[in-house]
Amino acid sequence: MPDAARTAVLRDAIGLGVAVGLYGVAFGAAAAAAGLDVWQALAMSLLMFTGASQFALVGVLGAGGSALAAAGSALLLGTRNTVYGVRLVPLLRPRGVLRRLGTAQWVIDETTAMAVAAPERRLARVAFLATGASVYVLWNATTVVGALGSAALGETAQAALDAVVPAAFLALLWPRLRRPFAEPAVQRRVALGGAVVALALTPFVPAGVQVIAAVVAVALAGRPRPRAEAAS
Amino acid sequence: MSDGALWTLVLGASLGCYLLKLAGLSVPAAWVEQPWVARVVDFVPAALLAALVAVQTLSSGQDLVVDGRLAGLAVAALALALRAPFIVVLVLAGATGALVHVLG
Repeated sequence: MPDAARTAVLRDAIGLGVAVGLYGVAFGAAAAAAGLDVWQALAMSLLMFTGASQFALVGVLGAGGSALAAAGSALLLGTRNTVYGVRLVPLLRPRGVLRRLGTAQWVIDETTAMAVAAPERRLARVAFLATGASVYVLWNATTVVGALGSAALGETAQAALDAVVPAAFLALLWPRLRRPFAEPAVQRRVALGGAVVALALTPFVPAGVQVIAAVVAVALAGRPRPRAEAAS
Repeated sequence: MSDGALWTLVLGASLGCYLLKLAGLSVPAAWVEQPWVARVVDFVPAALLAALVAVQTLSSGQDLVVDGRLAGLAVAALALALRAPFIVVLVLAGATGALVHVLG
């Protein structure tokens, strides 16, 4: 594989780990505020390791929700990772039970986005592993920092963190919307549809559910191309 | 909620989320090779990433709000259009969010 492309992937993986790590501080702080001790917060980052679900769980707990509602919201958001796994199988082709069990834990937004954005399959594996390692280490380390130092995190630092996360998702989305990515105009239509659906549902559904519901915007992509159909 | 109940919640929800990840890797390859499945999965990331951008920029719980995050996103979009590196995009967005907070 080209060295320049590999270097770019590794650099982006570390950059993404740092960005997500910043938000790990906020998760640790939110977990502490919701009544979890530092070990419980760390257990979530080690074992659940899917940021949106983790935030949903402590968010519902912090708002006085039941354990069932907290777990339910985390699992609803976790279904996103099932869709990601389906997308990753042809790219990663995990062989054997152990490798599949290990790979599964790192199937999250960031690793999927990096793997599917890679220009070729071997690079996709590098992107998945590098991003998984980078995000896993930094997310867990910063969870502890946040849980221990929640009282010290000022409002201004919180405001900065709040603005970093959507920017990170936009940076992941951006290349899909432009050439040389396949069908960028259709990707833009689907992206706009997803955003509109999510915002329209926000006042009416439990926090997080609108993100999953936004999958319906995929319908805007239309049918598979005839050539692809003929190939089946 | 007792400490034991919290641990049950943490470990149970973590196991559930792990099994959801594993399920995605365990469906037969033939399902994935269907043209309409390929079509759906090609476009799922755009829909979900855009939804995450929108929700994490404009929502606070179930309320829609406009605050420094939107300014940060606008700066990030400008930086991306100018082909700024990823980390620069994030730093600029964070600085913008913090600035709006301090000024506001």
